[in-house]
Amino acid sequence: MVEIKTADELNKKYLRDGMWPTIFCNGCGHGVVLEYTLWALEELGWDMDKVVFASGIGCSSRLPGYINADGLHTTHGRAIAFATGIKAANPELNVIIFTGDGDCAGIGGNHFIHAARRNIDMTVIMINNFIYGMTGGQLAPTAPLGSIATTAPYGNIEPPFDICNLAKALGANYVARWNVSHPYQPIKSIKDALQKKGFSLVEFLAPCPTAYGRRNKLGDIKKLWKWYDDNTILIEDYERIMNYGSEKEKEEIKNMFPIGVFQDIDKPGFFEAYKNLVNKVMKKDSKTPMETKPKVVVRK
Amino acid sequence: MIIVNEDWCKGCGICIERCPVNALEESDKLNRRGVRPPQLKKENECNYCRLCELICPDLAITVVPEEKKKTDKKNLLRSPMGGI
Amino acid sequence: MRYVRDPKIIRQVLGNKVQFILGDMACVYGGILAGCSFFAGYPITPASEVAEGAARLFPRIGATYIQMEDELGSIASVIGASWGGAKSMTATSGPGFSLMMENYGYAAMTETPCVIVNVQRTGPSTGQPTLGAQGDMMQCRWGTHGDFQAIALAPSTVQECMDFTIEAFNLAEKYRNPVCVMTDGEMGHLRERIIIPDEKDLKLTNRVSATIDKKKFIPFSGSQTRKSKVPDFPTFGTGYHTYVTGLTHNEKGFPATDKQKDHEKLVKRITEKITDDIDKLTVIEKMNLDDADIVFITYGASARPAETAMEMARAKGKKVGLLRLKIVWPFPEKIVNNLAKQVDKIIVPEMNLGQIYHPIKEAACGLCEVVCAPKTGGEMHLPQELLPYLGVK
Repeated sequence: MVEIKTADELNKKYLRDGMWPTIFCNGCGHGVVLEYTLWALEELGWDMDKVVFASGIGCSSRLPGYINADGLHTTHGRAIAFATGIKAANPELNVIIFTGDGDCAGIGGNHFIHAARRNIDMTVIMINNFIYGMTGGQLAPTAPLGSIATTAPYGNIEPPFDICNLAKALGANYVARWNVSHPYQPIKSIKDALQKKGFSLVEFLAPCPTAYGRRNKLGDIKKLWKWYDDNTILIEDYERIMNYGSEKEKEEIKNMFPIGVFQDIDKPGFFEAYKNLVNKVMKKDSKTPMETKPKVVVRK
Repeated sequence: MIIVNEDWCKGCGICIERCPVNALEESDKLNRRGVRPPQLKKENECNYCRLCELICPDLAITVVPEEKKKTDKKNLLRSPMGGI
Repeated sequence: MRYVRDPKIIRQVLGNKVQFILGDMACVYGGILAGCSFFAGYPITPASEVAEGAARLFPRIGATYIQMEDELGSIASVIGASWGGAKSMTATSGPGFSLMMENYGYAAMTETPCVIVNVQRTGPSTGQPTLGAQGDMMQCRWGTHGDFQAIALAPSTVQECMDFTIEAFNLAEKYRNPVCVMTDGEMGHLRERIIIPDEKDLKLTNRVSATIDKKKFIPFSGSQTRKSKVPDFPTFGTGYHTYVTGLTHNEKGFPATDKQKDHEKLVKRITEKITDDIDKLTVIEKMNLDDADIVFITYGASARPAETAMEMARAKGKKVGLLRLKIVWPFPEKIVNNLAKQVDKIIVPEMNLGQIYHPIKEAACGLCEVVCAPKTGGEMHLPQELLPYLGVK
């Protein structure tokens, strides 16, 4: 049976002294995602000496600073590439990446695509608040059509980026998206993602009352959190209605965000395949004695 | 019974809003930030579901079981994964 | 798999002691001998052969090779691997080097040891991909934003491509800074004879890992175990729970973006840790300087025609000398200043429109005439082209 700890005990074990309370705004979803990750780590019981966090730039990327573990706060969008290096140097480390919607889907899109394609053994927790929050509220690639931002004052005319579908198409081992307001499913999902070998993505739709909510007239904190509850729908229900539902039902859910587990498969990871390659090559070498190697002839 | 770390509470009110049995309310005292941390109502039906503890963005609430309270229900803290 | 450097396997994979190989390949040999266990690269002419050599040889010694999706990913994973405990390197050319600038500054700010081999080609922009130049010398010093100190070496022969790569790893580990090996397309695609040093002749430096009590360890101030401005290295996974950030940070590693004193202290320390050792970092080659009236100061591929021109002029009675810079940055001002007092004229042949010419002129302080001998277009100087600068027909 798992030893149950309270929030107070969780603080003392996992957080750095003196760093709490966080810099996040009142009603922000980031603190909640951090807690879910800590609860998942507590359930798994991992040695925190062997867990490394990497992050890019933005509100989401401040999270490793609060956790009492090795943390690498890198440049904008490149957290996944840095994490590939850490994992390559020491495959025993468990690498968790906190990144945001702009960091991962915007500037870091290319690194995300290739890490997912290669199925590198890491867990990416992408916190999507539909806006570039840290820098004041500029438009993000995941923002819904028509939303307002400082760099889209007349409304967003670009279609949004659906990163979960992209990860699914690239063959990532685990892809999920969750809301922050219901704890049990996200905590279990993070736990599954962390244990999974290969590339795992867990996206969180986090409310941003200060930058996104305020500009898009989504009211105060409570109304914004309610908006997320009303506009998300489980993926199974979404697919069922889209395939078999009436036109009226389809119309209602057309603009909602599907949440849930999109993909959960088991393909071999990159470093596993590389290790097999190294073993094969080194075995062949050990059978070739030095004397039979061709001599180099240097013509004068 | 809940313990609130008053200096950490930012006054977002999510715990009060989301409690399934409406057991929380804003207290009268102001903390360092100038917001009112939550407190249990005098007449409350807290069933130790721990939702306020799990959902607080600042880890400011801790739910502590009261052994002395006599009820028919089991007062065991639930695991965040559901179940006991 | 964690990499463990095994000299026997390295010797078996590298092969014969005397070989005839490409300059690019010599850089790979240098990396392998130094104990490099991670290479991430992206194909770019003329540095593709470094990546190809690494792709063939690294799996055979048990090291990791990845072809990343772009140069930004390459340098990022090299820095990450360094924090994971590996000696890491990447290789690129001009356009890729420009892309790497942000993370090059990140490596300097977070004091991460890593090696970047820049096989320079003509620029700007796409330029002449297959032909060499020396147009990135100022970029490796000033290319990234902010204040930091660069270390850059410039090999002139294929043997030096290998030796300087080994030395680059030593300097990177000693000073915890990114180090550039500035070869060029000529040197990279040249085949020459090399002699691989024996294991007993190799001098390797490894980073000083943190060993003191975890509660007392301060990650970003001078070392607590020896007298040095370079802190001990808390490799990820050893339990130090270090927070590494590119933001201005205090000694404990946490952001201090609103503190003027913290930033000044940090930036001064990361530059002074290198400039304090300028005497050790002045590595040069002197030829015929004692009685010289005119002197070439040069580096890299341009040193070869300059040497021949010097010999041709000496044969005609002109007193010409040559000072070859092996470590170009940090720039050896004192040596150049002393030389300027002694000679009448300094000539700087370079395969660009005059880059190292400027610090030389600055160091000469008007004590003698400094003339730039530029050549661009992807061809090295011919010795005959340098003779008019010496006043020789």
